[in-house]
Amino acid sequence: MKFKNRTFDDAETVLDIRNLTVKLAGNETAEPVLDRVSLKIRAGETACLVGESGSGKSVTSLSVMGLLPKGSLVATGGTIDMDGKDLLTLSPQAMREMRARRISMIFQEPMTALNPVMRVGDQIEEVLDTHARLPGAEKRRRVLDIMDQVHLPEVERIYRSYPHQLSGGQRQRIMIAMALILEPKLLIADEPTTALDVTTQQQILSLIGELQEKHGTAVLFITHDMGVVAEIADTVHVMRLGRIVEQAPVETLLRHPQKDYTKKLLEAVPSLTPRPYQTGEERETVLRVSGLQKIYSTGTIFVRREPTRAATDVAFAVERGRTLGIVGESGSGKSTVARCIMRLIDPTAGEVRVAGKEIATLSRRELRPLRKHIQIVFQDPFRSLNPRWTIGRSLIEGPLNLGEDKRKSLARAAELLALVGLPEDAIGRYPHQFSGGQRQRVAIARAIAMEPDVLVADEAVSALDVSVQAQVLELLDSLQKKLGIAILFITHDLRVAAQICDEVVVMQHGRIVEHDTAWNVLSNPQHAYTRSLIEAAPGRFWDFANFRELRSA
Amino acid sequence: MAATPEPAARLQWLFGAVALPRGWRMGAGPIIAAAVLGLIVLAAIFAPLISPHDPMTMDALQRLKGPSDTYLLGTDAYGRDLYSRVVTGARVSLFIGIGAAFVSVLIGLMIGLVSGFFRLADAVIMRIMDSLMAIPSILLAIALVALNGPSIWSVIIAITIPEIPRVVRLVRSVVLSVREEPYVEAAIALGSSMPKILWQHLMPNTLAPLIVQATYICASAILTEAILSFLGAGVSTEIPTWGNIMAEGRIYFQLKPSLIFWPGLMLSLCILSINLLGDTARDLLDPRLKKREG
Amino acid sequence: MLGYIIRRILAVIPVMVIVAVFVFLLLRLTPGDPAAIIAGDMATPAQLERIRTSLGLNDPLHVQFITWVGLLLQGELGTSLISNTPVTSMIGQRIWPTFNIAVLTIVLSVLIAVPMGVLAAWRHRTWADYAVMAFSVLGFSIPVFVIGYIFIQVFSLELRWLPVQGYKAPSEGLWAFLSRAILPCLTLATIYVALIARMTRASMLEVLGEDYIRTARAKGVAEQIVLFRHALRNAAVPIMTIIGTGFALLIGGVVVTESVFNIPGIGRLTVDAVLARDYPVIQAMILLTSALYVFINLVIDLSYTFFDPRIRY
Repeated sequence: MKFKNRTFDDAETVLDIRNLTVKLAGNETAEPVLDRVSLKIRAGETACLVGESGSGKSVTSLSVMGLLPKGSLVATGGTIDMDGKDLLTLSPQAMREMRARRISMIFQEPMTALNPVMRVGDQIEEVLDTHARLPGAEKRRRVLDIMDQVHLPEVERIYRSYPHQLSGGQRQRIMIAMALILEPKLLIADEPTTALDVTTQQQILSLIGELQEKHGTAVLFITHDMGVVAEIADTVHVMRLGRIVEQAPVETLLRHPQKDYTKKLLEAVPSLTPRPYQTGEERETVLRVSGLQKIYSTGTIFVRREPTRAATDVAFAVERGRTLGIVGESGSGKSTVARCIMRLIDPTAGEVRVAGKEIATLSRRELRPLRKHIQIVFQDPFRSLNPRWTIGRSLIEGPLNLGEDKRKSLARAAELLALVGLPEDAIGRYPHQFSGGQRQRVAIARAIAMEPDVLVADEAVSALDVSVQAQVLELLDSLQKKLGIAILFITHDLRVAAQICDEVVVMQHGRIVEHDTAWNVLSNPQHAYTRSLIEAAPGRFWDFANFRELRSA
Repeated sequence: MAATPEPAARLQWLFGAVALPRGWRMGAGPIIAAAVLGLIVLAAIFAPLISPHDPMTMDALQRLKGPSDTYLLGTDAYGRDLYSRVVTGARVSLFIGIGAAFVSVLIGLMIGLVSGFFRLADAVIMRIMDSLMAIPSILLAIALVALNGPSIWSVIIAITIPEIPRVVRLVRSVVLSVREEPYVEAAIALGSSMPKILWQHLMPNTLAPLIVQATYICASAILTEAILSFLGAGVSTEIPTWGNIMAEGRIYFQLKPSLIFWPGLMLSLCILSINLLGDTARDLLDPRLKKREG
Repeated sequence: MLGYIIRRILAVIPVMVIVAVFVFLLLRLTPGDPAAIIAGDMATPAQLERIRTSLGLNDPLHVQFITWVGLLLQGELGTSLISNTPVTSMIGQRIWPTFNIAVLTIVLSVLIAVPMGVLAAWRHRTWADYAVMAFSVLGFSIPVFVIGYIFIQVFSLELRWLPVQGYKAPSEGLWAFLSRAILPCLTLATIYVALIARMTRASMLEVLGEDYIRTARAKGVAEQIVLFRHALRNAAVPIMTIIGTGFALLIGGVVVTESVFNIPGIGRLTVDAVLARDYPVIQAMILLTSALYVFINLVIDLSYTFFDPRIRY
């Protein structure tokens, strides 16, 4: 693994944050949201701000931009020094003039960060209109030039497009073009690739690097992903609960982390090295999918459109006690397959055999008694429990449907809570009293309550912070060992797949392109698409948990 | 769970996680509104006790008198005591308001739940609702009352029919958004039946917006009743309602504006209070608002 | 885009058919003898028979419906039971005062309400916001005729700035028209402004929380451009929708306002018909206003394509 190892001792300081403190507006006594944060960025440097959700990364960046939500957060102390001015004391007018000219920002969600009713060319041009007075032709030339620099194809056409006509990656390129057209000294990037697929992420990261080099821009890059940090950072600032915990050059930090929290954070990063495939006794097949197909016809009587093939000829089988991972980028059809198997949507063709029974064509009513064999855990822990129901009521919903006795089910629910590592008194409490990771445990307990043969985990750890993610993965693993349950694990994250799967199916455009043991897929990929996925995984040569290079097998 | 839930838990069930929007303060407005509305409700309940005169008794010698000790607000064109009539008018108005709100929410909830969950029914129901929305409510009410005769119930029905589509749309939109929630899909996976999901998972989500909507319907029903009576298409003219008092006062408007002023004031205060309370409830319960305030 | 337009236009047909069926059934399914209800308690058998024949109540229901729709499609809305003149010509004579006042009201309302709503959202939780909200809740709460009488009392009787009642067409002089139309328009506009301002505020508040507004601010764009170029256009669809659905309120208001201000429009025609139980006129008015409502909302739906490029595809 090659890290960036330039020194910036001689470089000019672009941004100097000293003792920045941010508090909830109108609440002097509450814990500050940011507590004496200090950091310095020099010309050409990439400073990564890492931390889990709620650590104050985004608040720091918004403070620099002067975009803290009015009326709810206020900077109460410290200075943010740029161009010899304290940004915190600038008038709104003066701050507006700094934006885009001296500091720019790009955001996490390219899908919502662009105005949906304005052509993207006009949106870039607006930066020029705001800060520079240029003749029309010159303006247009500069817009097309920057669009070219961010490697957008057919710039003339895209200039006239609306955001919804572009892909996520293209939209993020537009955002970058907008941010860099006036060649600011500092670019703040707030999780700019988190919402993107890994191959797109790679392209965007290298684009930012390229333009940074070209224009000597300093970059403050906010991320939760240690892989990304390893790829792009010069300096790393680790944040936790509004404070900076540790600051160091990237290689120093990854090799010799000083603080326990940093170590914990690094140790939680799942390794890309797959777990070895246990060959063993013949096991019973509990889920068999064959020829599965799902076609959405989007046309109407007036508009004829090509039907979308979300899944074509998907076939695989899962044995008791084993985990099969379905890996793919967004739009690959992996979630469609999961939902077809759960019969949350109806497959167009094909067979789904759960516990020996064909369920793909059963009516909803006939299906209901068979539901117990296969259960699902969803991605978003905040929406997967009914907020109006106590945890206990959620846990017994399934058993009651099976005609179980209520008292018995409640007793069982208490056992299940212990099994997933939650306190017993959780049973009478409501979801909002729990954290995301705890809710995901409840969701798992709810599924396990049915004593299913198969558990479908649809991106079940994707919304969780990395340390919580590790715990939930561990929980799934131990439950599998105890209960012998088969797991169908859907994920976009190769690292997660490597951690938990025995076998991996790689999907692209609704088809399976590769199917083998996790070990083979990850260490010796056969299909070009699988290879490109693995190559795009950031930090893939580094073994974060052991603070060293990956010893390739 | 088996024991009776504490009040907080009841609230939880009704509204989900109630969190006051950041920076929200209970201003003086809602408190005054509640007090005013409380007074009007009390006046309506105890109308016979606090009216100094029979609101129906005519007295040819006392026509269009100004305020005096015997006639607090003066008399109308038939010599009836205006104060007693205005107080009694509160009864009919409130009854119509509450009745219309209750009936339209109840019917609208049922239709809306069905429409939101069953695709086939939805297409038909929504076309019918669109059509009902297209008919201007005042004109429909006029026609209904003209045909069914001027009774309190035909006024309630006349007000209810145009309100139902609005309730249906509200309930349906809540159902459509909530049915995509993972916890509803989880319930399907757990083998819960459709009626159970509809009633236990989806319906409670509609309650908070429906409470808000019911206050608005109540206010608009009282207003519509007054307009209908004012146009001569409302409750029978023998019954003193705010609308009827004003309708009769029209002719003498330039001579004695208080015949319109007092019932108009009471009517406006009443509707204003209900609307203010509705807005307060909305600030507290509207999930979109909550999202916006963080 | 063409698909969207065709779909929207075709969707109007079932709505109008259901409206027609509903209006038709309204009279026929009334409990009791509709003719007796229309004629009143004092009617002679001969009068009843005349009403029955003229409404075609003696035929079986489906025959009645076919005849009725057939006449409807030829633009035949029936004959007044009182004056014996065709309803279409009665409406034709009285439509212009209503039309002029309604158009003036809509223009006035939008011009006042939208800036009010934008201001309230921009200055969220300041006195400006509270003032707009207070006005809007007042507008909803005071009956339209009370507002009318207050205006007459203040501007006509106390200040004597404007004539008390009546109507003059614009052709009789612009001032003659405006001096009589301005109070009814303001009266009608009150609730309409309240409605639109409220929706503008709510919609703007929602949009102002969106990511692309943050993007615009991050570009250093001036606040008024953020508000009007970025936010308002995105907030436009719900505002347009409420202008359309609010039209039903406007029709109700017209009926009342024309009575208060003694304007010889179709609102007055309706009230007179109610008092005289002239059912064909009421029925025609319901059909006409419903069709107008559907038409206006169709135009508004089609206008969405202008505000939101995503709808074009």
